[in-house]
Amino acid sequence: MRVLGIETSCDETGVALYDGEHGLLAHAIYSQIPIHAEYGGVVPELASRDHVRKALPLIREVLDKAELTRTDIDAVAFTAGPGLIGALLVGAALGRSLAWALGVPAVGVHHMEGHLLAPLLEDSAPAFPFVALLVSGGHTQLVDVTGVGRYRILGESLDDAAGEAFDKTAKILGLSYPGGPVLSRLAEQGDPTRYRFPRPMTDRPGLDFSFSGLKTFALNTLREAEAEADGAIDAQTRADIARAFEEAVVDTLVIKCRRALRETGRRRLVLAGGVSANRRLRARMGEALAAEGREAHYPRPELCTDNGAMIAYAGWQRLNAGATEPLLFKPRARWPMEELQPVGPAII
Amino acid sequence: MKLLAIDTSGETCSAALLQDGTLTQRLETAPRRHAELILPMMQQLVDEAGLRLADLDALAFARGPGSFTGVRIAASVIQGVAFGVDQPVIPVSTLAAIAQGAYRRSGHTRLLVALDARMDEVYWGAFEINEAGLAEARGSERVCAPEAVPQPEGEGWYGVGPGWTAYDARLRLRIGTALAGVLEEGICEARDLALLAEAEHRLGHEVVPELAIPVYLRDQVTRKG
Repeated sequence: MRVLGIETSCDETGVALYDGEHGLLAHAIYSQIPIHAEYGGVVPELASRDHVRKALPLIREVLDKAELTRTDIDAVAFTAGPGLIGALLVGAALGRSLAWALGVPAVGVHHMEGHLLAPLLEDSAPAFPFVALLVSGGHTQLVDVTGVGRYRILGESLDDAAGEAFDKTAKILGLSYPGGPVLSRLAEQGDPTRYRFPRPMTDRPGLDFSFSGLKTFALNTLREAEAEADGAIDAQTRADIARAFEEAVVDTLVIKCRRALRETGRRRLVLAGGVSANRRLRARMGEALAAEGREAHYPRPELCTDNGAMIAYAGWQRLNAGATEPLLFKPRARWPMEELQPVGPAII
Repeated sequence: MKLLAIDTSGETCSAALLQDGTLTQRLETAPRRHAELILPMMQQLVDEAGLRLADLDALAFARGPGSFTGVRIAASVIQGVAFGVDQPVIPVSTLAAIAQGAYRRSGHTRLLVALDARMDEVYWGAFEINEAGLAEARGSERVCAPEAVPQPEGEGWYGVGPGWTAYDARLRLRIGTALAGVLEEGICEARDLALLAEAEHRLGHEVVPELAIPVYLRDQVTRKG
C-alpha cells in the first residue's frame, strides 16, 4: 500500500509517499521560515495562505521524484491536529478531497504520533516498548509507548516547550529568527564553565518540565554582563550565555529521560521533534544511556522537524489496522495523544 | 457540459451541479460547519445525477473575497478533487455570484455588491447583467472604507450583500442618487457560481488545480514586529 502523507500543521508544508513494502519512496518539505522571519514568529494567517499555494505543487514534486502518478496513490494521510487550525484545514481539505476523487481511503493523523513513530522509518528502528521524548517548539513530553496508539504521558512541560525556550532565549540574545538552531551554533563557541544555569525541576521527583525560568535567567545574566561591561558586551559573552543555556536544557532533558527509563524499566529511548535534531542533545543522551546499557534512537535530522514522511508512515500504520475516515474533515487545534485508539495488543 | 461548483466563503455552504443546462443545488446555513458538509453535498449531487466525478468537464469554486478560512476550504477541496480526477478549475468571484443571485431574484441589472470586511471596510464590486443574463464586472474589486468605494456611472444601481446592512447609511451617502434601492437578500450561492463558471468555461478561462487559489483582497493581515 502506497500512502501519500500531507503535513500542514504549522509553518512547514510536508509531503511524502510511503510504501508498506519499499519504505519511504520520496518526500519534500517547504519551509515558510523566510515568510515569518520578519515578524519574529509564525503568523497563522500567512502560514495558511502559504500552505494553500504550496501543498499541491509539493504533491506533484513528490510523485515525480518517486516516478509515480496520482493513480498510484492507494491512500491519503493528512495531519488532523494538533496545530494551527487554519493551517490544518488546508491539508485536511486537500487530502480528504483528493482521496475521495481518487476513490481511495483517507486517514487523519495525530501530528505528535507522527513524530513519535518517525524513528521507525529508519533501518535501525526501535522495537516496542520504549520511552519517547517529544521535544519541539510546541511540545516537551515524555511518553511511555507500548505499541502504536498506546501512549501514556509520563511528564510534560508545565510552561514553555524546550524549543520555545530556545527561540525566546535566542531573541533575548538578539539572534535572528528562528533562533533555536542559531543559538546552538553560537553555543559551540561558548565556554561551558563561565556561567551555570539551573536545571529546573530536577531536584524533586517527577517527570514534568519547566523551561520558562531559563529564559529569565538568560535575560538576567545578559543584563549583569552588560552592567559590568558598561552596556557593550562582546560576542564571546553571548556565546558563553548561549552555551550555559543549552547545557542546562540538555542536562535537564537527559536527567528526566534517565529517570523515565528507570521508572518504567524500558531499555530504549526515542527522541523525536524539532529539538531532537540538536547535536549536543543527541551526543549527550547517547553517552548517558550507553553508560547504563540503554539505547537512544532518533530519526535523521530532516525527519525531526515537521515533515510528510512521518504522517504517511503513521497513516499507513493506522490504515493497516483498519482506520477509516468519513467523507468530511474535522481537524483539531488541541488533541490529547492519550485519546488515540490503540492499534494491536500492548507490548510490554 | 457538466460542472460542479462549491461555495464555503460565508455563513452558508452550498454545492451545485450544472448538467447540460439543468441546475441542482444543496445549500445550508451552517457557520463553521463547511468542512463537515461540503464533500457529502458534492457526493449527493453527483450520485443523484447518476454521474461519476470523472464525467465532469470542470470544477468551480467561490475564490473570494469572504472568510479567509472559508475560501481556503473551497480552494483546497477543489484542488484535491480537480487533481484527483485531472480536471480544470474555474475560480469565480464571490461578489459576481452574489450579483448573479440578486439578478435571478429581483431582475435588476445594475448591482453594487458589498460584503462586511470588518475593520470598518467593505469588499466591493460593481456588476452589470449583460445580454446573456450574466454578471459582468464594472471596474476592479477592492477592499476599502465605505466612503471610498468607487461611484458608479449612471443611475438605477441596486445595493446588495451584507455590507449594505453593516454600513447602510455611509454607503447610501457615498452612492447618492445613483442608488435606486437596496435589496434584502444577498448571499453567495453555488447555483449562481455555476452559471458564471459555465460562461468562463466556454471562453476557455480555466486554470490547473494548483492555481485554484483564493483572492482575499485584503493582503495586509498583520503588522511587522
